[in-house]
Amino acid sequence: MIFENERQENRRAAFLYLVVAHVGAIAILLSFGVLAGFATKSESFLGYTFDAMRTAQLPIEWATAAFFLSFFGFAAKAGVIPLHVWLPEAHPVAPSNVSALMSGVMLKTAIYGIVRVTFDLIHVFPVWWGAIVLSFGLISAVMGVLYALMQHDLKRLLAYHSVENIGIILIGIGLAMIFKAFNLPLLAALGLIAGLYHTMNHAMFKGLLFMGAGAVLHATGERNMEEMGGLIHRMPWTAALFLIGCVSISALPPFNGFVSEWLTFQAFLLSPALPSPLIRLLIPLGAALLALTGALAAACFVKAFGVTFLGHWRGHHNPKVHEVDWSMRIGMLLAALTCFGLGILPSVFIDWMDIIAEQLIGTTIASSAGRYGWMWLTPVSYERASYSGFIVFVGIILVLGIAYALLHVRPGTIRRVPIWDCGFEKINQRMQYNATSFAMPIRRIFGYLFSIRERVELAPQAGHKAFPKKIQYHLSIRDRVWGWLYKPVVEASFWMSRKVGKLQQGRIQAYLIYSFITIIILLVFLR
Amino acid sequence: MNLNPYIIELLQVLTLLGLAPAFVGWVRMVKCWAQGRTSAGLFQPYRDLAKLFSKEVLLAENASWIFRFTPYLVFSTAVLAGGIIPILSLDLPLASTADVIVIVALFAIARFFTALAGMDIGTAFGGMGSSREMMIASLAEPAMLMAIFTVSLANRSTSLSEIIQVIYSGQSVLRPSLAFAFLAFILIALAETGRVPVDNPATHLELTMIHEAMILEYSGRHLALIEWAGMMKLFLFVILGIAAFAPWGIAAKGSLLGIPEALVYMVLKLGAVGIGIVLIETGLAKMRLFRLTEFLGAAFLLATLGMLSFFILD
Amino acid sequence: MDLITAAHVNSFLAALVLLTAFGMLVQRRIYGLINLFAWQGLFLSLNTAIVGYVAGKHHLYISSLLTLSLKVFLLPYILHVLIHRLKIRKEVETIVNIPMTMLIGIALVIFSYHLTAPVRELSAMITRSTLAIALATVMIGLLMMITRRHAVTQIIGFLALENGLFFAATSATYGMPLVVELGVALDVLIAAFIFGIFFFHIHTTFDSLDVDQMARLKEED
Repeated sequence: MIFENERQENRRAAFLYLVVAHVGAIAILLSFGVLAGFATKSESFLGYTFDAMRTAQLPIEWATAAFFLSFFGFAAKAGVIPLHVWLPEAHPVAPSNVSALMSGVMLKTAIYGIVRVTFDLIHVFPVWWGAIVLSFGLISAVMGVLYALMQHDLKRLLAYHSVENIGIILIGIGLAMIFKAFNLPLLAALGLIAGLYHTMNHAMFKGLLFMGAGAVLHATGERNMEEMGGLIHRMPWTAALFLIGCVSISALPPFNGFVSEWLTFQAFLLSPALPSPLIRLLIPLGAALLALTGALAAACFVKAFGVTFLGHWRGHHNPKVHEVDWSMRIGMLLAALTCFGLGILPSVFIDWMDIIAEQLIGTTIASSAGRYGWMWLTPVSYERASYSGFIVFVGIILVLGIAYALLHVRPGTIRRVPIWDCGFEKINQRMQYNATSFAMPIRRIFGYLFSIRERVELAPQAGHKAFPKKIQYHLSIRDRVWGWLYKPVVEASFWMSRKVGKLQQGRIQAYLIYSFITIIILLVFLR
Repeated sequence: MNLNPYIIELLQVLTLLGLAPAFVGWVRMVKCWAQGRTSAGLFQPYRDLAKLFSKEVLLAENASWIFRFTPYLVFSTAVLAGGIIPILSLDLPLASTADVIVIVALFAIARFFTALAGMDIGTAFGGMGSSREMMIASLAEPAMLMAIFTVSLANRSTSLSEIIQVIYSGQSVLRPSLAFAFLAFILIALAETGRVPVDNPATHLELTMIHEAMILEYSGRHLALIEWAGMMKLFLFVILGIAAFAPWGIAAKGSLLGIPEALVYMVLKLGAVGIGIVLIETGLAKMRLFRLTEFLGAAFLLATLGMLSFFILD
Repeated sequence: MDLITAAHVNSFLAALVLLTAFGMLVQRRIYGLINLFAWQGLFLSLNTAIVGYVAGKHHLYISSLLTLSLKVFLLPYILHVLIHRLKIRKEVETIVNIPMTMLIGIALVIFSYHLTAPVRELSAMITRSTLAIALATVMIGLLMMITRRHAVTQIIGFLALENGLFFAATSATYGMPLVVELGVALDVLIAAFIFGIFFFHIHTTFDSLDVDQMARLKEED
């Protein structure tokens, strides 16, 4: 990320990332320390192996401490709200291929860590852990997509979508934890598979989207969507492949994002099996939030695709834009094909993933998922719900083909004409909806979740009050989390370091005294 | 091999294609009567479609392939949904392809591409329509899911034919939760199909358009396909409501004998629903855009109350 | 009418009471608010009559009739007259926006369900599950008083709150003794009159019924 280190924002982003990653790493190490500490008797130190940690008999307080330390650590690395601030700073400045890898692999290792620690190492846990994971997942999902909607930097938008998708993954994992704590292994397996399937999907479509954004950046030199438009005519391949990524991430069948979201919904719909009445009442509201997330994601990608690739070129200067070369196209093509494959043949892939559920929870869902052949995805039971991405795809293509063929029996005429626009004349590219105006209704509805500053400036024209010469519109949207959570921490640490700074006097004797006192104290206490 | 289910499937799709314009014609006719106007008759939508299909397509000079692809996609998702939702019979080969959530998502694909097509030409109206449509959809979706949740609580399934079987077997009694979910569904259906008070399908003022604004640039057979798909969407939402809340009359067995009876029941119900739609549309005025949060919030509230009252009262 | 049917009808009426409570919470127009209040009274009185029939407590018929006359006819009539006299035409102003109020209301329903869970476990009455609804109605009435500015809506919130209490009494213990109920009914009536008189005074003093105006009564202003 400090690859292009001459720019101020790059250095800032890299520093932020470094801080968050290190704080996270410390928390994870502490958590492993707790686990390993309980695993070992003083006479036989088994080391920091997972096998040793698995055998540890932890009192509940220590287990909770270990879990929350590791959850905090991994959440910081995954970019769960409110620990997400580094993500939208880091992605825009990183080279696009690195972004693709970062969201494809690095965020996933954090998910792996969470699953590993909770289901494998600790493996017995109370319900409220799951509830907390689920709540963080829901908050990340909804807030992530809302922040994404407010962005007009293409890569920043995608970065916020990573926050959202990590949220969706955590929803699946949180549900699995709740089900497991209540001893409902089949449902827990369903939730876990839903989360893991989304993990895989996210790696694919987010990689594809970042590569697409990289291609656009490469071709136009722009990250700001307000300066783009109409790229579908100049970059048809990138546009088509980016569209596949958009459809996948917006959870639309028959692509892959829908499969995992559908599985998560099924896990939600089975929550009435839970014995606790309060949790039974609260969980459906989570399902509603997930639905909101999905719909907002669709809105966001209509915006992202529509503003970037459709309409007219919005920019002030008009660069020569060409399609990217084949090596970039092939990368995107492979990711797009995987998205498609994961979408129409989910039961095949779930068969492969089931071994994870079997090892961690002791049940598989493939017995129900695959019984009706490779076409059908039927978690839990055939009566409950079923989905066939393959048939949906074939059906759509078939009807589409028939309709097209029937309408083209007689060669139809298509005449290219100037834009009608209800008879309005002289439309120009500045009259199009852009990213900011597209998100305006949603910004207005959910505005209280952001700190928004809007300012309209009119430069009055002499004599004509009603027709100002120039209108300027300023809009600044900030993450509320930044003000609530990070500012106090930053201020506190500055205050601390000023205090500590007094210790630094530059005289070698003073430092020796510090070391000496430390040694004495250690000797006194650790006799 | 028993061919009956396949024949029924075909009949169902034909019913959808054939009757959807008639239903829209019926709604317009009753509306004319209610407002003291002379109606153009039940068959006017067919004449409109026929005219549009025979007309030349005028395509804006900068339209991309998305603009030309969208009408076909919108049409085919509607037809596919019609093959899955039990209109006449439960015994459909496609029935288990998709549960209610997938059906909702099928409509979402159509909406996604329509919104893209709205932005393709680069006019202000198109973008406006897309932006508003996506906003309404994102507010309607949580309510829709909550309504589905309530229905699936009462019937222990999200697959439509399974829900109907549970209702037929008498395990599902009249519950307050279902009544709430039904009310919520009506509000959502009004929003999803773009009827008054959310959107006015008959408006001629561009600034108040939502769905129409996105498809302003369409003409000829493209417009015909989109219009036809819109009619089918309205028809299917009514059928969806019937299937989930009052399925009586839909043939349970896979024999062809039950089909005429099912058809009669369906026509009667559609007639009644059409009158209901007209009553709503003449009784209410179109809402301001930002009042819609309250309208759809009410839908969400009703659906949630349905879910809560299932747990609290049943 | 057997017990099962009665329980069904009871829960349906409970659902309707809750619906009207939420309706009042989100209603903007003041006449609509009063009509909803009247409907709530009607459902309440029907419910009381049915509970009385099933439980064989005949004094509940009297309180049902009392509810009917007082809350369906008399109080709405008084409020109508008040509004007509005071010439209130404006929409009801809310402090918190309406979707937010709805969400708080939903949270209150879940909270009261959680709160009444122990009672539900212990009780064997057919009406036990409606206790949560009754409590929720009380809380929603209170929420309405908090979120509205207008004095008339505040009294309607108060009356809705009282409806919830009455409903709780019917569903938890098959009604209070008749004497208590008569007393409460009288109290409500008197409260309504006192409110009415206050409205006139507030209106003449501030030329508005916005209770925020009362902040001007503070000494330092």
